[in-house]
Amino acid sequence: MSLLDVKNLRVEFPTRRGTLVALDDVSFSIAPGEILGVVGESGAGKSMTGAAIIGLLEPPGRIAGGEIRLDGKRIDNLPYEEMRRIRGRQIGAIFQDPLTTLNPLYTIGRQLAETMTTHLPIGPGEARERAIGWLELVGIPAARERIDSYPHEFSGGMRQRVVIALALCAEPRLIVADEPTTALDVSIQAQVIALLKSLAREKGTAMMLVTHDMGVIAETADRVAVMYAGRIVEIGPVREVVKHANHPYAQGLMGSIPPLDRRVDRLQQIDGAMPRLSAIPPGCAYNPRCPQAFDRCRVQRPELMPAGATDAACWLHAP
Amino acid sequence: MSAAAEARLAEARRADLTPMLEVEEVARYFDVSRPLLQRLMAREGRRILRAVDGISFAIPKGTTLSLVGESGCGKSTVARLAVGLYPTTRGRVLFDGQDLARARADSAQRSRMQMIFQDPYASLNPRWRVADIIAEPIRAFGLAPSRVQEAARVAELLTQVGLSPLDGAKFPHEFSGGQRQRISIARALSSNPEFLVCDEPTSALDVSVQAQILNLMKKLQARLGLTFLFISHNLAVVRQVSDRIGVMYLGKLVELAPAETLFTTPRHPYTRALMEAIPDLGMTGRVRTPVGGEVPSPISPPSGCAFHPRCPLANDRCRAEAPVMRAAGDAQVACHAVDEGRG
Ligand SMILES: Nc1ncnc2c1ncn2[C@@H]1O[C@H](COP(=O)(O)OP(=O)(O)OP(=O)(O)O)[C@@H](O)[C@H]1O
Ligand SMILES: Nc1ncnc2c1ncn2[C@@H]1O[C@H](COP(=O)(O)OP(=O)(O)O)[C@@H](O)[C@H]1O
Ligand code: SF4
Ligand code: SF4
Ligand SMILES: [Mg+2]
Ligand SMILES: [Mg+2]
Repeated sequence: MSLLDVKNLRVEFPTRRGTLVALDDVSFSIAPGEILGVVGESGAGKSMTGAAIIGLLEPPGRIAGGEIRLDGKRIDNLPYEEMRRIRGRQIGAIFQDPLTTLNPLYTIGRQLAETMTTHLPIGPGEARERAIGWLELVGIPAARERIDSYPHEFSGGMRQRVVIALALCAEPRLIVADEPTTALDVSIQAQVIALLKSLAREKGTAMMLVTHDMGVIAETADRVAVMYAGRIVEIGPVREVVKHANHPYAQGLMGSIPPLDRRVDRLQQIDGAMPRLSAIPPGCAYNPRCPQAFDRCRVQRPELMPAGATDAACWLHAP
Repeated sequence: MSAAAEARLAEARRADLTPMLEVEEVARYFDVSRPLLQRLMAREGRRILRAVDGISFAIPKGTTLSLVGESGCGKSTVARLAVGLYPTTRGRVLFDGQDLARARADSAQRSRMQMIFQDPYASLNPRWRVADIIAEPIRAFGLAPSRVQEAARVAELLTQVGLSPLDGAKFPHEFSGGQRQRISIARALSSNPEFLVCDEPTSALDVSVQAQILNLMKKLQARLGLTFLFISHNLAVVRQVSDRIGVMYLGKLVELAPAETLFTTPRHPYTRALMEAIPDLGMTGRVRTPVGGEVPSPISPPSGCAFHPRCPLANDRCRAEAPVMRAAGDAQVACHAVDEGRG
């Protein structure tokens, strides 16, 4: 039984020059305790997918089709207030920019404690103790002394860790994390990743983890979805996607990761750039850049189909 | 420029033995004190932040030196010192054998150095057309005798970085992050610089665009004999581009080594900790060991070796006495344990 089910999700942006389709027919699910990594070129629609799930699409963006279910119950069409409650209690969100999540006027401790007393059956004293515990868990040294600090008294990396603590402290069942560790140093990053993993393993928290950092994905995710031009082009177990991708774009993306263990004269690169939303080519959106494109690719759009140990949207794998 | 002329130029640049950049015992402090009245009321003294605290290195012509280290360790400050955007608090910087401040006063010398910044979104003027952005240094240094020649040079630069001459008529917002970084590079190259300082040039980009930019930089270096000071916190990226690598910790260099040496035999305990902390793409199931503890404050750095509160090899000497850079094989390392042979 999956916790999150996204089916045929379509997100549109009406503009003066016509409607842009930012997400087109995106489907995936996440089981309890599972971490789904989401990767792809910037602008591919990763953040948009996360925003649609937590009900925070920026207007005029809107869900134009499909459905999102949490525990079998639809959450894509809920009134604002009801969705806000679900967002605190059932879904925790971690954004890349910590300043947008933290209130500069309240102490760190107050923000954590209020989040917990709102969503959990505990009193203020217990909430404060737990707040200290969460700060320690995300690696804030001397948490007991620093709990009454204001956000501006923390460094960027420390604020990011507070945001992570805030998203986790009400013990949500699903966490949507958008580049949660990009602003952190490798050392702190390792600590945060270990924490997210243990939450998934021990508390059964499901997680959607968006990041550019393939090392983080390799270490953390159970499955990976690769996005391109508003669609999932490959999805499957992490080891398979990272080491034996079946979609030519996913292969190119994995191939362009610089190796750590040796120096190469020239890194593998994908020539060209991802198309803009207003100019997505017909057929397979990747066809102008794809070294293996053939006639069918230019006229007919491939849907996800079984390809080796993964699912890939590519005609090379047509039965 | 013809390919033959380029090759001759690159050869001549590399044959010159004067280092492109020499940094000698350079420090840069910032006064981060609160306003005087508040300070008097709180009875506190001045707060001096030592962003860079006495570092030395040289970059031979035609080579790349990279600096790595955790955020806030002073990398960007070194980058700015290296092109004279900050004056030094102490020590001196020589550009091609000449005092940097003097070199910067001379526009012919100034045109030989350029800087590429991390954020391809913030560093381009949104109201200018791309062709004007790229031509700006050409105009500032009076490098094109006529508009026609200027336009030809801009078209050549756009082609060189993998864009189309037609892109010159567009505005920055019409480009993706990677394309904007290409525009920054074209602009930086427009005054025919020999020395480029690149501060995290690919950190805001995803891996596929990063590969394009790194390949471009390597190609330009081979063709034009450029010298790079390259800054990144990504060790895999650094390995691909560097001849030598300096590891910084809290405003100081703790290890300086040829790139391969640093990766095969990292010597300083902090360098080793950094390597341990890298996420494992090989999926060997290796457990990452985070560098324990917090990055200390550059306002009140720990006594002795600044790394001692986090170092597994720290002893009393480390807490009392700051180690200095000493040769260890073909590297230089600042660590008592390495010095004493217990590293
Ligand atoms: N307000 C908007 N109006 C129109 N298009 C938008 C808007 N916001 C985002 N888009 C487009 O939607 C697409 C998906 O954006 P999204 O932010 O999800 O990308 P992403 O994969 O998260 O990229 P990054 O890695 O840069 O964060 C992009 O093509 C983007 O240009
Ligand atoms: N203009 C400035 N005024 C005060 N402090 C500064 C200034 N520039 C940098 N710093 C401080 O100097 C230290 C090193 O900064 P920086 O070189 O930007 O680090 P890095 O690039 O390695 O992240 C940091 O603690 C930073 O906050
Ligand atoms: S469908 Fe065709 S163009 Fe698209 S990725 Fe597969 S081979 Fe390439
Ligand atoms: S000098 Fe001492 S504390 Fe510093 S790195 Fe070496 S062993 Fe560790
Ligand atoms: Mg995003
Ligand atoms: Mg910096």
